[in-house]
Amino acid sequence: MAEPIPANIVAQARGIVKSFGGEKPALGGVDLAVTPGKVTGLVGPDGAGKTTLIRILAGLMTPDAGEVSILGGSPAQRLDSIGYMPQRFGLYEDLTVRQNLLLYAELRGLPRDAQEAVFKRLLDFTDLARFQSRPAGKLSGGMKQKLGLACALVSTPPLLLLDEPGVGVDPISRRELWAMVAELTKEGIGVLWSTAYLDEAELCDSVYLLSEGELLFSGPPADLTGAIADRVISVTGFADRRRLALTKALDRDDVIDGTLQGRAIRLLIGEGHPVPDAAALDLGPDTKVAPTPARFEDGFIEKLGGGPEGTSKLAAAYREIPPSDAPAIEAKGLTRVFGAFTAAKDVSFTVPRGQAFGLLGPNGAGKSTTFKMLCGLLTPTSGTGSVAGFDLRRSAAQARSSLGYMAQKFSLYGDLSVGQNLDFFAGAYDLSGGDAREAIERVTQIFELEQHYKRNAGTLPLGFKQRLALACAVMHQPSVLFLDEPTSGVDPVMRREFWTHINGLVRRGVTVLVTTHFMDEAEYCDQVTLIYRSRQIASGPPDALKAQAGALTGAADPTMEDAFIALIDASDANRDEEAEAA
Amino acid sequence: MRLITSRLRAMVVKEILALLRDRKSRMVLIMPPLVQLLIFTFATTLDVKNVDIGLVDRSGGAHAQELVQRIQGSPQFRDVIVLPSTRAMEEAIDKQKVIAALVIESDFDQKIARGQSATLGLVLDGRRSNAAQILGGYVSRIASEYGAELRPEMARRAGSSEITNWYNPSLDFKWFTLPSLVAIIVSVAGLAITSQSIARERELGTFDQLMVSPMRVHEILLGMMVPPLLVGMFNGVLFLLVAKFAFGVPFTGSFLLFLVAMFLYQMALIGMGLLVSASSMTQQQAFLGSFLATTPLILLSGYAAPIDNMPDWLQIVTYADPIRYFLIVVQGLFLKAMPASVVFHQLWPLAIIAAISLAAAAWLFRARME
Repeated sequence: MAEPIPANIVAQARGIVKSFGGEKPALGGVDLAVTPGKVTGLVGPDGAGKTTLIRILAGLMTPDAGEVSILGGSPAQRLDSIGYMPQRFGLYEDLTVRQNLLLYAELRGLPRDAQEAVFKRLLDFTDLARFQSRPAGKLSGGMKQKLGLACALVSTPPLLLLDEPGVGVDPISRRELWAMVAELTKEGIGVLWSTAYLDEAELCDSVYLLSEGELLFSGPPADLTGAIADRVISVTGFADRRRLALTKALDRDDVIDGTLQGRAIRLLIGEGHPVPDAAALDLGPDTKVAPTPARFEDGFIEKLGGGPEGTSKLAAAYREIPPSDAPAIEAKGLTRVFGAFTAAKDVSFTVPRGQAFGLLGPNGAGKSTTFKMLCGLLTPTSGTGSVAGFDLRRSAAQARSSLGYMAQKFSLYGDLSVGQNLDFFAGAYDLSGGDAREAIERVTQIFELEQHYKRNAGTLPLGFKQRLALACAVMHQPSVLFLDEPTSGVDPVMRREFWTHINGLVRRGVTVLVTTHFMDEAEYCDQVTLIYRSRQIASGPPDALKAQAGALTGAADPTMEDAFIALIDASDANRDEEAEAA
Repeated sequence: MRLITSRLRAMVVKEILALLRDRKSRMVLIMPPLVQLLIFTFATTLDVKNVDIGLVDRSGGAHAQELVQRIQGSPQFRDVIVLPSTRAMEEAIDKQKVIAALVIESDFDQKIARGQSATLGLVLDGRRSNAAQILGGYVSRIASEYGAELRPEMARRAGSSEITNWYNPSLDFKWFTLPSLVAIIVSVAGLAITSQSIARERELGTFDQLMVSPMRVHEILLGMMVPPLLVGMFNGVLFLLVAKFAFGVPFTGSFLLFLVAMFLYQMALIGMGLLVSASSMTQQQAFLGSFLATTPLILLSGYAAPIDNMPDWLQIVTYADPIRYFLIVVQGLFLKAMPASVVFHQLWPLAIIAAISLAAAAWLFRARME
């Protein structure tokens, strides 16, 4: 060995370069170290290079340049010391929980007589003992991840590589996973936890922040947040004009980022600028400014050079949706039954014109079913829905022409160029001739798509895919927008840009229905409804839900995620009581 | 209401682009069918050529000599192998040195000289029954021609038949296989392309995006029908030209009728392809589905074995096979200038199959929307 590896490091990577032939290498010279008994975070948006780095550490891929050392040897020599949980395909969906464990035990060469004890420990640890004979494919997202973790732990490895264990997992299971990993670090295991959720970064002992294959930051998360600690403020006191206030604030030179937080707005002030007071912000006579704790995301945004301006070009060029007292979206007792399973039961709400409405809930709780019923993709078993005043059953075609839709997964035509996709969607929404040309030109300019106009949509960088999807959804200037997990996996600057557009559109009178699992994004909504186990368990403005949760748990200033967990816990307790009473 | 809406136009353009933008699928459209046409033409030849025939000549007379020379001179035979005895003949056939042996009895020349009718013996290898039978035909034709030359009045008096092969006088089997292959290969390509259409949208996740747009179901399906129709018509005409100009198969019928028949045939195939696609969730399922559909369609069409030889219940099943009808039309138009009235007799079943399969595909499309 040229340089000795410090004794307190289980895995070390130096100058890792890996290219798959794209314009930019997937990893452009990345250093990383995992220490025993600590959780090391590998944080970054989709496409940052996290999975590539983990696969190199696990010995599944060789880097083009740089060296990897696991406990002083190459990954191939130390395979027995590495526990690896891949993002997907780790489990055999047709095998039961127990059979999966057995398979991994055999693969790991765990002696037969030791197996029983290990399984018992792991099943207790993951709380899966009750589900031993259930096929892995029938588990919920959270339970799958726990089983995946258990499979990676059949032999206790000194190094545990976890590739996005938090994806597709509801906040409650996510907390449980973190608690499990904390247990493991007590045993001295070095854990590398990769994630696209920036709030998870704050839970790590040290963090490597990746973006487009480059390391933006490494060190304890507090170092990143500490650098901006006194530059984050919460501004309140402008009643219902919060969207306008945010737009104005973001257009200022000294504000580099801002988000809506219920009725408040949260601002990050650029380095070297004095923190403005209420008078300087000029947002109204009752404005109050208070410091608020910095978050990892704020630091990331600053590293990326700040968020976008507050004024949305899309909204500026959008038509004004005429005011109306009739609800833009209405759900009346929507119920959908699949065989013996009720996916959504009696879901009702109304969204007035010009509001953002959030559908929240864990995966599989019924929010997608509700969403699909409202945009006409699923026929309700009972109940009715209407969009822009058109009943979904009787005038589906009219309802469809007044809505814009953006799917969770990228669902444009990947083999068609950007321009051809725009042409197709213009035609699909009845735009022809000059109208179509004008609409295409408008969105091309707004979303800066000229540079990629001839490129196949499937090969675009993630951010541009998202922009193109939004462009296709709004070309015909619909009065209602349906967005299914629109910002999943994109970097925070891209998320800001996205919400800037949404805020601008809402101010133009567009009604937005959005599903999201980012609890902070729920704060952008005027109203949210929380769907859990096929039912609506709470509805109201974000602040009201937070207050409700505060009353339940006694917490002083709960976050949206705290509210989510408290309300679900309360619902579970209620259900148990009902079950006992019956 | 306009018939061609901007929605329909957008759908058609998108479908054509989807087919042509991908280099792989672009290659699949025209090259493999053309290669198949060329390979199948040579591989499925039914001609018997360049075979050796054995000869046991117990007569040794001039007439026997003359007959043997005629056989030797005919293009179907390569060599006449003289075998000394019946035993040698048995061995030659057993070891497949020869596929047939001609036995000329010792009184052959004498009988001819006396003006009596002489007989020839022909032993055929029954293990290769098809080729042997064709060979038997060649030999008896040569023998009867020689007989007719010797005693024209005898031949007529005996009422022996004179075989003329109408429409294919020289029995060139390319004349039979190439028109049939036009029908078969166009069907394989047509089904495969169509079966991908809906399944591709489902697999790529663009199906939902399509369903929330104001696009109507009939517009989506019409849009998906256009590219396979264009490819099918193009390939059909290309094959016709290849058969006529590269292989010299005469096309005696009406080109316009060919186009009309081709159109209806394509519609029936596209209906079946869409039915497969509407019932598949992934492109792989669709591919397997189209493969499962293609094989019976070809076997039941009458291309490989005559429909008349099939059991009655199976003959009824063949009425649902579009290839069956088009095969008759395409063979007729190539070789016997089939008149419009006869062609239309085969076209209305195609129209019915097209209507039923397209309606079923539309129904299944709606039913499996969720």
